[in-house]
Amino acid sequence: MLKSRFLMVLVFLLTFGVFLAACGSSDEGEDTTGDSGEGSSNEEASGEENSDFSVAMVTDVGGVDDKSFNQSAWEGLQAFGEENGMSKGEGIDYAQSESDADYATNLNRLVRQDYDLIYGIGYLLQPAIAEVAEQYPDTNFALVDAVQEGDNIASIVFKEHQGSFLAGVAAAKKTTTNKVGFIGGVDGSLINKFEAGFVAGAKSVNADIEVEVEYAESFNDSQKGQAIASNMYSKDVDVIYHASGGTGNGVFAQAKDIKNSNPEENVWVIGVDRDQHEEGQIGDTNVTLTSMVKRVDIAVQNVSEQAMNGEFPGGEVLEFGLADDAISIADTNEEAMTDEITTAVEEWKEKIINGEVEVPSTREELESFIDAL
Amino acid sequence: MFSSRMFNILVPIISVLLGLISGAIIMLIFGYNPIAGFAALWNGAFGDAYFFGETIRQVTPYILSGLAVAFALRSGLLNIGVEGQVFMGWLASVWVGISFELPMIIHLPFAILAAAVAGAFWGFIPGLLKAKLGVHEVIVTIMMNYIALYLSNSIVRNLLSDGADRTENVAETASLQSSWLAEMTFYSRIHYGFIIAIFMALIMWFIINRTTTGFELRAVGFNQHASRYAGMSVGKNIILAMVISGGFAGLAGAMEGLGTFGFMSIKSGFTNIGFDGIAVALLGANTAIGVILAAFLFGVLKIGALNMPTVAGVPTELVEIIIALIIFFVASSYMIRWVILRFKKEGK
Repeated sequence: MLKSRFLMVLVFLLTFGVFLAACGSSDEGEDTTGDSGEGSSNEEASGEENSDFSVAMVTDVGGVDDKSFNQSAWEGLQAFGEENGMSKGEGIDYAQSESDADYATNLNRLVRQDYDLIYGIGYLLQPAIAEVAEQYPDTNFALVDAVQEGDNIASIVFKEHQGSFLAGVAAAKKTTTNKVGFIGGVDGSLINKFEAGFVAGAKSVNADIEVEVEYAESFNDSQKGQAIASNMYSKDVDVIYHASGGTGNGVFAQAKDIKNSNPEENVWVIGVDRDQHEEGQIGDTNVTLTSMVKRVDIAVQNVSEQAMNGEFPGGEVLEFGLADDAISIADTNEEAMTDEITTAVEEWKEKIINGEVEVPSTREELESFIDAL
Repeated sequence: MFSSRMFNILVPIISVLLGLISGAIIMLIFGYNPIAGFAALWNGAFGDAYFFGETIRQVTPYILSGLAVAFALRSGLLNIGVEGQVFMGWLASVWVGISFELPMIIHLPFAILAAAVAGAFWGFIPGLLKAKLGVHEVIVTIMMNYIALYLSNSIVRNLLSDGADRTENVAETASLQSSWLAEMTFYSRIHYGFIIAIFMALIMWFIINRTTTGFELRAVGFNQHASRYAGMSVGKNIILAMVISGGFAGLAGAMEGLGTFGFMSIKSGFTNIGFDGIAVALLGANTAIGVILAAFLFGVLKIGALNMPTVAGVPTELVEIIIALIIFFVASSYMIRWVILRFKKEGK
């Protein structure tokens, strides 16, 4: 008994020792960071006398290299930084989130690092933005892909259903089996917009086209994306539109695998958010038919500029759509996007812009849209 | 001669040190300043009251998930299903939290209890299968994790909300959040849950070390055949171990549901609270006090790591590597043991 008590004390002493040791090294560390911190703030002061505006973003779990909208948002910030002589760590920065619990921590951290404008990228950050924005009314926040009320929050949303409609048109024109597929990330109001638009687009061209719809229930599970894609392709689907962030990388991988084993096979992927032409490149051919490009970068850049000029659109909902060129259909793959397809896409685009076609954005609207066809 | 208890203390500490040192070496190799890196880690976890609050917030579920794994391991069961049990607990606590109107003194304990029961039930199934049919608990619990993930997504989407991505917030009367703790720590999400977590560690220690049930559970863990020969019911103890383990895990879910978030949202993947619990339990040598210390270390690493990219430019992935290295060194404790013995011999 006595011995075990002694050992207990020893445990405490040893762990305490570990922490003390950590303390010791961190004291030195604090000094160095303190110095460099001062140094950089001095530099900033001298380098940017005209403005000490700074802006940062928090990614969702996809991470900044998701080849999708987090990456696009960061590209927007980088473009903004380049114009204004900023670089990563000097005026612009990002914080990546490993899990849902990190959103609020990351937002808070950036507030404490005195950023003037902080982006939350993705609808997943909505609750965290709502909470943090209320706690820090003096900092400006912008939320991409969701709407949150608040005087210091600008909500940036896109009319993805319009772009997805055009993707549906392109898919319907390209398919030879009259079967196309849609792979969504997580089933919810945002991704349903993509689904509704895509199905409406495909059915508008040819009401007999079957659209297979599946959700991966994840935005960063490329293996699952690959499994679903493999399943769809084997069921004669030849064009798949994915709206699933990092999960979509698996869709590209599967299409390329099929193309690799049999170059004659007709399989296509429609990318999302960014022009995903690179992702589909395989040798001389490319499986990316087109991409529904959502210019998060343009929106991020615009709002940053407005904020820097003191015109931050707090409390407003900014909608970006086809008419603003913030939503578009990529035509990088000229071989696959034949003239016939591009003309059809252009025609429908005109119809959407001048209001002839009202693109559905929910499943209910989609049903009535199809009934009316 | 070193006692085995001594090893239990020395091995985790040496593993942590080796992990940190290898982390520093890796940072050096990739051209980052390890001192700046670790300083950022430290400041990210203890830099000011906010970060300290967030660290405690992160430690809370880790303690409980670590206890869950440790408890099962003491009975010779590897409960990989803590993750799923966390989900069930989270779901149950939020469900109770949003659907009842009760005074706090009933509502909060009810919500917490519901979480423990839901987690326990999720542990009961693999326990029952193992005890009655001999189905290995690892396989069953892994599958149960997926069932829990998708079941709770579906329930959140269709039953607890109207096709939305998250439930509404739990009622004030069921919330563990505390405005004065939050204000004291500049609005961190620290909540009263850490009291529950530490209390549960005490309970685990008491059950394992001070009750007949605990003795039987440990006996089954050491040697099933001997226990059976001694007249203990192995099946009953297996089920009991899984149920209690699941109960701890369910509480970890309640910490997230009633404390950190106050709601449940649709998850696109696992939270990793349960999986990290395995590492916490291993590092804590399956003892209550060890789990608390290991959970603390993990919480510090996780929260501090978020600060490393923005302040020191070190990628978060590297911190994951350091954590992985620590676990690696714990798992290879045989190696450390051998080295210690070797030195001991040469010293003589």
